[in-house]
Amino acid sequence: MTQMTFARAINSGLRKSLENDPKVILMGEDIGALGGVFRVTDGLQKDFGKHRVVDTPLAESGIIGTAVGLAYRGYRPVVEIQFDGFIYPAFDQIVSQVAKMHYRTQGAVKMPITIRVPFGGGIGSPEHHSESPEAYFTHTSGLRVISVSNPQDAYTMIQQAIASDDPVLYFEPKRRYHDKGEVDESVDPGSALSMEKARVVAEGKDVTLVAYGPLVKTARDAALAAADEGVSVEVIDLRSLAPLDFSTLEASVRKTGRLVITHEAAQSGGLGAEVAASITERCFYHLEAAPVRVTGFDVPYPYSKLEMHHLPGLDRILDGVDRALGRPNSLSGLEG
Amino acid sequence: MFTDDAGKGGISAGGPGNSDDSTRRTGGDLLQLITPEGERISHPEFDSWLQDVSDEQLGSLYEDMVVIRRIDAEATALQRQGELALWPPLLGQEASQIGSARALREDDFVFPSYRDNGVAYCRGVKVEDLVRAWRGSASAGWDPFTVNVATQQIIIGSQSLHATGYAMGIQNDGADCVAVAYFGDGATSEGDVNEAMVFAASFQAPVVFFCQNNHWAISEPVRLQSHIQLADRASGFGIPSMRVDGNDVLAVMAATRIALDRARHGGGPTFIEAVTYRMGPHTTADDPTRYRDANELEDWAAKDPIARLKSLLDRKGLLTAELEAAVAAKADAVAAELRAGTINMPDPAPLDIFKHVYSTPNSWLDRQQDHYSRYLASFGDPAEAATEEGAR
Repeated sequence: MTQMTFARAINSGLRKSLENDPKVILMGEDIGALGGVFRVTDGLQKDFGKHRVVDTPLAESGIIGTAVGLAYRGYRPVVEIQFDGFIYPAFDQIVSQVAKMHYRTQGAVKMPITIRVPFGGGIGSPEHHSESPEAYFTHTSGLRVISVSNPQDAYTMIQQAIASDDPVLYFEPKRRYHDKGEVDESVDPGSALSMEKARVVAEGKDVTLVAYGPLVKTARDAALAAADEGVSVEVIDLRSLAPLDFSTLEASVRKTGRLVITHEAAQSGGLGAEVAASITERCFYHLEAAPVRVTGFDVPYPYSKLEMHHLPGLDRILDGVDRALGRPNSLSGLEG
Repeated sequence: MFTDDAGKGGISAGGPGNSDDSTRRTGGDLLQLITPEGERISHPEFDSWLQDVSDEQLGSLYEDMVVIRRIDAEATALQRQGELALWPPLLGQEASQIGSARALREDDFVFPSYRDNGVAYCRGVKVEDLVRAWRGSASAGWDPFTVNVATQQIIIGSQSLHATGYAMGIQNDGADCVAVAYFGDGATSEGDVNEAMVFAASFQAPVVFFCQNNHWAISEPVRLQSHIQLADRASGFGIPSMRVDGNDVLAVMAATRIALDRARHGGGPTFIEAVTYRMGPHTTADDPTRYRDANELEDWAAKDPIARLKSLLDRKGLLTAELEAAVAAKADAVAAELRAGTINMPDPAPLDIFKHVYSTPNSWLDRQQDHYSRYLASFGDPAEAATEEGAR
């Protein structure tokens, strides 16, 4: 076990993948000498060379589109999109090419591409640097979408993503990059919990609280605070956003009868809607109350002096827990 | 010869035997080896790339061009008869496609657009596979690795990046094959084509950008895409270019060979503008009489690539009755094969809809497939149920 930051854990996982498979190739803007704007690829170009860790021209569609060609040639590209808000110029290549090539060619062409995206807010950045675009990609068949919440998962899941023959969007919560945690680098990613499985991070019996990425930590803090008030909250880290691991969610909701889901992304059409609808379909008779969403607002990501209002914090999540439990809350008295 | 001229501040290229002019390409320098009247123009630089082209090979180029024109006509007829949903004709572009494709080596890899059926045919794609996607029986007709041709791309210009990435892989592998991107004049306006040229130049990737300037992007003329000749754009990226008569199969072949040779020997990318003309509609769904002048079509008909090669063969005394009969028989046979292959193409099974979305199982999709299977099973015969569903 080693104490390391989230960013370092991803770096270590990337290093392992580069060592284990000569077909793994890293590409992105500033990932070489600089080590990436968040230093996630720090030192990798020095150790693996410019042909394995490639600084690309500043063109997101170009980065993804050339990765498609490299995959055609048998490579396993791992590309870095510098910031969440910069992924949109690459959207067409991701949803029209990366996602569909395997289907289009009836399985002849595999797209083992990993797209790393630092995402989410809370770091006081300007516009385009704090977005949560994950729902665009969970809506697209052919892609797998995961988000990591702690250094150990960051380490193993990046390796699982790279080893996957399917394309994977790997969302990294940038405000957690400097959080430290224990990482066991001897863990074999092949035998670790699959990136497709959700994890129960805290057991509870009164309400199921679902989170992913940056909000897992907030959700755990909320569960601790709720415990002080005598409410037992079960916290689930989704880990995989597409496909969602409904078996873990169902088991929890059947136990607690109540569901709260939280994410930074805007509410409408977001992942919370999918979780709420699917769980309602599957566990209707086990639910004691309607599922509750605690999310970002349906607004463009606000300037930094307002972001604390947009991002679900501990108190907003607790308010949501109260709604699910029918306890007094900010919306008490409101019909519908 | 087209020489790299990095010492002078960039790679440049120009007209044959006139490399000093290379950076002053402002038009009127269309490279041509066969005149519209079928006269062979001697050209010391280009001819050196065609020395192995025998009389027999000229006949075979002619055959390929006639056959793909026939494929085009047959597919258009099949569309009119309701057997295909759509077809994008290449009528008029036979020399560009056959001249370039015949220059390729087997291990070169082609990334084509939806119109490059002649290229695909030339690479060995089976004729019924050319129409599989247009019939709606599959998203794409063939396994790319059996013929080293990616499936045809519908998004405009997207494949230029795939070719460039593939070429970067070739470079990493230390191989000497080449990736070739085919696209049209409209695609040069797309960001992806421009990004592809940036990447290709930056990494000196072994890729050939083969642009068929057929003058029309559906209803939009090439002048709406570019204020300068398309070949001249390449120099802005540091990529040497050639502008060839795209209705001249020998000029196209020589230019492609030059570009491939440069790429194989570490010289990086080349941009070829093959100036040709789409004599038919963009696809069977549009009507060119709405947007273009009949006189324009007439002018270009006089430059027809097949008539031109035929005149050359005639001048050389090669247009024998035997050759014409053999070519006609081949075209008839291929057309019959295409028709039979289309009409007899089996429909996919209902549950094929779920196949190959992922390489590995996906719990969402497995559940949907399971539910839909149960739904189909509720009718007794799944195939019958799907038909009924479709008929509603």
